[in-house]
Amino acid sequence: MLPFEVISAEVPDTRGKFGPYGGQFVPETLMPALAELIDAYNDAIDDPAFIAEFKHLLNTYVGRPSPITYAKRLTEHLGGAQIYFKREDLNHTGAHKINNALGQALLAMRMGKTRIVAETGAGQHGVGTATACALLGLECIVYMGEVDIARQLPNVRRMRLLGTTVEPVSSGSRTLKDAINEAIRDWVTNVDDTHYLLGSVLGPHPYPMIVRDFQSVIGQEARQQMLSQVGRLPDAIVACVGGGSNAMGIFHAFRDDAGVDFIGVEAGGHGVESGEHAARFADLNISRLGVLHGTKSYVMQSEDGQIMETHSISAGLDYPSVGPEHAYFRDQERAGYTSATDAEAMEAFQITCKLEGIIPALESSHAVAEVLKLAPKMSKDQIILVNMSGRGDKDLGQVIEVLGME
Amino acid sequence: MSDQTGIDRITQAFAHAQTTQSAALMPYFTLGYPSPAESVAIIEKFAPHCDLIELGVPFSDPIADGPTIQRSTQKSLDAGTTVKKCLAMVSELRTRGVDTPAMLMGYYNPIMAYGIDNYVRDAKAAGADGLIVPDLPPEESAELEAAADKHGIAYIFFLAPTSNEARIDAVAERAKGFIYMVSVAGVTGARTQIRTGLDEFVRDVRAKAAVPVAVGFGISSPDQARTVGDYADGVIVGSALVNAYDAGGADSAGEFVAALRAGLTN
Repeated sequence: MLPFEVISAEVPDTRGKFGPYGGQFVPETLMPALAELIDAYNDAIDDPAFIAEFKHLLNTYVGRPSPITYAKRLTEHLGGAQIYFKREDLNHTGAHKINNALGQALLAMRMGKTRIVAETGAGQHGVGTATACALLGLECIVYMGEVDIARQLPNVRRMRLLGTTVEPVSSGSRTLKDAINEAIRDWVTNVDDTHYLLGSVLGPHPYPMIVRDFQSVIGQEARQQMLSQVGRLPDAIVACVGGGSNAMGIFHAFRDDAGVDFIGVEAGGHGVESGEHAARFADLNISRLGVLHGTKSYVMQSEDGQIMETHSISAGLDYPSVGPEHAYFRDQERAGYTSATDAEAMEAFQITCKLEGIIPALESSHAVAEVLKLAPKMSKDQIILVNMSGRGDKDLGQVIEVLGME
Repeated sequence: MSDQTGIDRITQAFAHAQTTQSAALMPYFTLGYPSPAESVAIIEKFAPHCDLIELGVPFSDPIADGPTIQRSTQKSLDAGTTVKKCLAMVSELRTRGVDTPAMLMGYYNPIMAYGIDNYVRDAKAAGADGLIVPDLPPEESAELEAAADKHGIAYIFFLAPTSNEARIDAVAERAKGFIYMVSVAGVTGARTQIRTGLDEFVRDVRAKAAVPVAVGFGISSPDQARTVGDYADGVIVGSALVNAYDAGGADSAGEFVAALRAGLTN
């Protein structure tokens, strides 16, 4: 039986605060819409029929539960801790993003919204949203930066085939940040009939909570699978962190398991010292407490408070802020955060392909890159659980170019 | 000027406009657009034709702004504008004798980066009278509001067509200077039509609030300004003024503001 329930936690509070982080920093026009969303969400999660429908779709449409896989050859290669993958890459549409997209699309229908807008970076959230909208008969518009359209073209084609309108965004850095700006502008203009289906644990309250809760199915399954198939919980869980939804999704169910360490891996780009990265927790001179896209968290910014352009080989991690609950976890020392460079992620990508027969997303390759460093330092009776958050089919064009193959 | 608070100066400007006009005129222009020196000259040119003035402090990610103001703020940033330089431009306008009550319109992140109390203190010292922060709803504004009270500057609240009765009551209670009423659900930008029902909404808010109500977003012509001025205490025009400047330079901007003023004059 598929395990899913909404797990209560000490955060956020009723104003959406995770300690000093989070909140609702949006124009007045949107405040009533956020209040409506909070009410609709609280009502939905108290309704057994809503939970049952969500679980039914996760089971019969997404193909959940996704398995955990023992990475035998990678474990032997590294000679340390035993490595398990949580296989979100096997989900329908190829990543964890579909979990939240379906949950929010069901919620939108409950609120009587007929039109969905979303942002996407790597395109996985866009494809997940386009898929949910096709399934449920909702109009769908996805905003995507021109830089990301170029590097994730297969996902753009998928969205169009699924009947979604992909709106290219040419402002600013033409990546995820600018796509979110445009999605918010669309939402504020069409708020009567439109739901903004935000794809990560970001944005104004209640989004960081809603996305965490829907994605928590990852950790709820993994926890049960570790206990029943391996006989115990892992010593560490490793996940990549862009906005942070796959990481929060796998962490949440383990938050009270004190023996399980959480490690989030940010995009180190060309290296933290180069300044060209998206490692919000690594360089606190340029990444400071700020407000972006409706939430207070760490934000990469100039001295003058202008948002900086970030760099990562991975479009899904290329974002100047990070989910407020991650900032909270870091303060509480519940989670540790590190980074992997583009080059380290590419190496991890190739090793995963050759040793495990899995082509990982470039985002998830950042998590594996940390495992390459961590596992050899751990003993053979210890266990690392890695969130294999997505598959790498979308990245083939980019990877082949970087490797000079063809 | 120093013995009066920003709230006093805003209140007087609205009251004074009432004597000869249907509503006060408050144009918006982006500080540093197209360059710091030029923007000061442009604002100096149209300031004599307005009752209050809204000055934009550029931000890289202006989610409440449409294409016209986005473009102007990006160009301003490209020209090297910073928060500090914006405050210097306000000082320069005061030095040149522009005494019009001025609101600083800027997003919250640059204010946090500058330091909330420092920003309010320096804004007041430069000659600003009010603060408009489009991404800071009443739920999050307590810290900036307290700093504004301390330094004698008005923190301006927004209302929108989506605001319900409880929110209108809360803002009517807390508002100082004036209430900034957004005419439509959406972003800034010139529009050809005024939303039907806006007049009723404005009258409803005016009945509850002790401060004047100024309407902005989408007002683009003297005719529209006159229509809105018949039921609002103030009319805010932004994108259309930036468009007027783009079409014909500082002279066009001055002529456009003069035409808006003429439309409002009894």
